[in-house]
Amino acid sequence: MHQALVDLYYGFGVALQPHNLMWSFFGVLVGNLIGVLPGMGALSAISILLPLTYTMHAVPAFLMLAGIFYGSMYGGAIGAILLNLPSHPPHAVTCLDGYPMTRQGKGGTALGITMIASFFAASFGIMVMIFASPLLVKAALKFGPTEIFSIMLLGLLAGGTMARGSPIKGVAMTVVGLLIGVVGTDVNSGTIRFAFGFPELSDRVELVALALGLFGAADFLRSVNRLEFIGTETHVRLRDMRPSMAELKQSFFPMLRGTLVGTLFGAMPGTGPTITTFIAYALERRVSKTPQRFGHGALEGVASPEAASHSKTQVDFIPTMSLGIPGDAVMALLLGALMIQGIAPGPQLITDHADLFWGLIASFWIGNILLVILNVPLIGVWLKVLRVPYRMMFPCAMFFIAVGVYSTNNSLFEVNEVLVFGIVGAILMALDFPLAPILLGYVLGPLVEENFRRALLLSRGNLGVFFQRPISLAFMVLCILLVVLQMFFAVRAARRKRRPMRSEPAPAVGATVPATND
Amino acid sequence: MRLIPSKRSRDYLGGILMIAVGLAAAIGGWSYRMGTLSRMGPGFFPTSLGVILALAGLAIAITARFTRYEGEIEQLAPEWRGWICICASIVAFVVLGKYGGLLPATFAIVFISALGDRENNVLTAALLAIACAIVALVVFRWALQLQFPLFQWG
Repeated sequence: MHQALVDLYYGFGVALQPHNLMWSFFGVLVGNLIGVLPGMGALSAISILLPLTYTMHAVPAFLMLAGIFYGSMYGGAIGAILLNLPSHPPHAVTCLDGYPMTRQGKGGTALGITMIASFFAASFGIMVMIFASPLLVKAALKFGPTEIFSIMLLGLLAGGTMARGSPIKGVAMTVVGLLIGVVGTDVNSGTIRFAFGFPELSDRVELVALALGLFGAADFLRSVNRLEFIGTETHVRLRDMRPSMAELKQSFFPMLRGTLVGTLFGAMPGTGPTITTFIAYALERRVSKTPQRFGHGALEGVASPEAASHSKTQVDFIPTMSLGIPGDAVMALLLGALMIQGIAPGPQLITDHADLFWGLIASFWIGNILLVILNVPLIGVWLKVLRVPYRMMFPCAMFFIAVGVYSTNNSLFEVNEVLVFGIVGAILMALDFPLAPILLGYVLGPLVEENFRRALLLSRGNLGVFFQRPISLAFMVLCILLVVLQMFFAVRAARRKRRPMRSEPAPAVGATVPATND
Repeated sequence: MRLIPSKRSRDYLGGILMIAVGLAAAIGGWSYRMGTLSRMGPGFFPTSLGVILALAGLAIAITARFTRYEGEIEQLAPEWRGWICICASIVAFVVLGKYGGLLPATFAIVFISALGDRENNVLTAALLAIACAIVALVVFRWALQLQFPLFQWG
């Protein structure tokens, strides 16, 4: 406990260095800007700017990327509340009550509450991170390849089955991602696998090209000429954003409940952010004395999911950094960025790269404060950005994608990869497959293979080893439980279909959800 | 025109696609050395993944047979103009990047993809493309020193 505070103090020292602070600020600003743009979420924001970090030192690079992440999350909430346009799927649920509030002229209050809820939840998440990480590290140091494989399997299964849509489809996409991760040179034997004769592919598929193909180009292919632009004539002034005491009181407990939901889901590897916000919303409706207000501008319906998504984001960094198991696609992307920097995620990370870890934690706080400070005067600018029509936005985004991907290796081959993954992604989306598990599988693929091979080498080919070591057994039991529960729910849902049942509100009525990926 | 007629056929198609990809991966993986469980060759992991994917595809297709679907699929008209323009714009960027340089490539990708939207005309697309070319020049070439010649032949 005491040690954690000392480390945190050290972290603030790192994060407050002018150089690092500048990159953190830059990240938050750009992330916020891109997040506000319709159809652009955290994934595209991080991928476009990822090549820029290849030449940077690891600490400022990661501080910037994290800043982009929560900046774009907050930016997404602005679009959801003011335009009914969820640019990032977790915000779909914020639209349900946020947009009605805007139509009642209370858009400013909704934004203010969102800001307070985010800050509150993020702070809570950071606290959990500070005190839970060292404990987790102690446990994780006992992990060998067997345990790492089992926990990764659990993460992949959870990531595949708990995303939106059909669990089997999610699993299929995870496997597709693992297969894309196989492309390249096998580290053990030097064999080049699935390169189809392209020498460029011997060095793996480019992470940025994959992410921007699946979440950028594919999205444009899907939304072109289909995304209806809803103009906004909302004027939000500074003083509109300050909620009254009564509104603060009304949203305090929803905020707290949302934060707890987010923390719980953040600690579970593989649960997507969308499902977290939807559960927070559903919980709020259930405990509310007046559930009929939901969907018509209930403040609780904005506060709780936004708090959940922010606390989940923070807590998600724990399994990502200390175990190397990303909670969702964005975390997978950040993990990939970490590995590109030559930093292996895992229990050693906190001790080996203390400056990075504690600096990052401190920067979360600084970043969240920056976000609040930025958004108060810039809300007018964001409103103008929101009016940028899609027909102007996506061609420019195409250009940024192409140049960004080119700059990863100064080669045009990777730009072709964007085209391929864009088309593949659009087809898979049309067939109702979730795309986020692909990225998860791709990033974890080499680690999974490596640990699987090593575990079986150590056990001399005995597959039972995964069930013999106690920690591994626990993860395997969780895996089996997860699959059995999913099957149980699927069968029950199929039986219930006979009588029409509708307890959940349909997400974002009237709005085209640009990205169907989790 | 309907590209995908119903929810059920969409799941059938998805299942068949996964079976095909899985089998292809398994066959491709088989051509590398398999090795034994204790000393796996490079072919072991992709082959197993291929088999798992094919099985998942089979499961998708089979469950589609027994699922009761509610409502119909949201019918969206195929958007050939947008699709072709977006794909062509990336191809144009690659080709012009190689045989023209950064500025022509930038102009091409923005101009062609902008034409994919029905509300853009040649003039707005060209203006947008010029604006992006200026960004490419100032931000990427001058400020970030991107290694991409502005103009080049061949």
